[in-house]
Amino acid sequence: MGPITTAHYLALSAALLLIGTIGVLTRRNIVIILMSIELILNAVNINLIAFSHYHQNVNGQIFAIFVITDAVAEAAVGLGILIALFRNKETVLADEVDLLKW
Amino acid sequence: MTDAVSFYIFAALVLGGAIATITRRSAVHSAISLIISLIGVAGLYLMQQAEFLFAVQIVLYVGGIMVLFLFVIMLVNLDQAAKERQFNRQWLAALVCVAVVGAEIAYFMRKGASAFQISGAATPSTVPAEGNTELIATVLMSQYLLPFEITSVLLLVAIVGSVVMAKKRI
Repeated sequence: MGPITTAHYLALSAALLLIGTIGVLTRRNIVIILMSIELILNAVNINLIAFSHYHQNVNGQIFAIFVITDAVAEAAVGLGILIALFRNKETVLADEVDLLKW
Repeated sequence: MTDAVSFYIFAALVLGGAIATITRRSAVHSAISLIISLIGVAGLYLMQQAEFLFAVQIVLYVGGIMVLFLFVIMLVNLDQAAKERQFNRQWLAALVCVAVVGAEIAYFMRKGASAFQISGAATPSTVPAEGNTELIATVLMSQYLLPFEITSVLLLVAIVGSVVMAKKRI
């Protein structure tokens, strides 16, 4: 095994991003779609931290903090929407919510 | 050598947890796999001298967001959803799109690796005199003060929004 380079972290981050995208696009359960969005945001953070370490510059970590804040706000609002949806439609499956489809 | 071993262990945790998250039928199993994946990401932060973000990742994600997810899983009845089809009808098109994006990313990383010299060993040239948390605090409170304050507005909007969403009658 050779030394771990920045490219290793970028490859890992790309793989995590693709797994999260597959989850968002293919799952029907809204809870798991929200979890996949968390995976995508974590992939972004790995990328930011890898470049922050590579350039020895702390700005990447600041951006990662902002991304984490966004992820928290998104999870709170998303789960609130999910509870409201379940109260009104009795479903948590994304493709059963099709009032605006024709 | 230890760096390589711990990187591969954490990478296996991250990717294994992520794959389990999007494939499990039960939402509770997915949540626990997501915790494993997030702990792996925290380990990667620690390997890259981002100690503050390591702590934030554990406290905020594993302690905060995942408890929120588990609460919602408890509040919402997911037994019915677990019995039904787990993947929607567009899964094949989705996989094709993701494969195309993955090929694109791989192509650009191969092209860019020489231009940016990102394949060089990622070792720190100098260890900063002050700690990681002090460094982040200094930069956050001077250079990024306005975004930091706007973040508090974002959090306020999120709090009000989630309360309005979850309320029965406004």
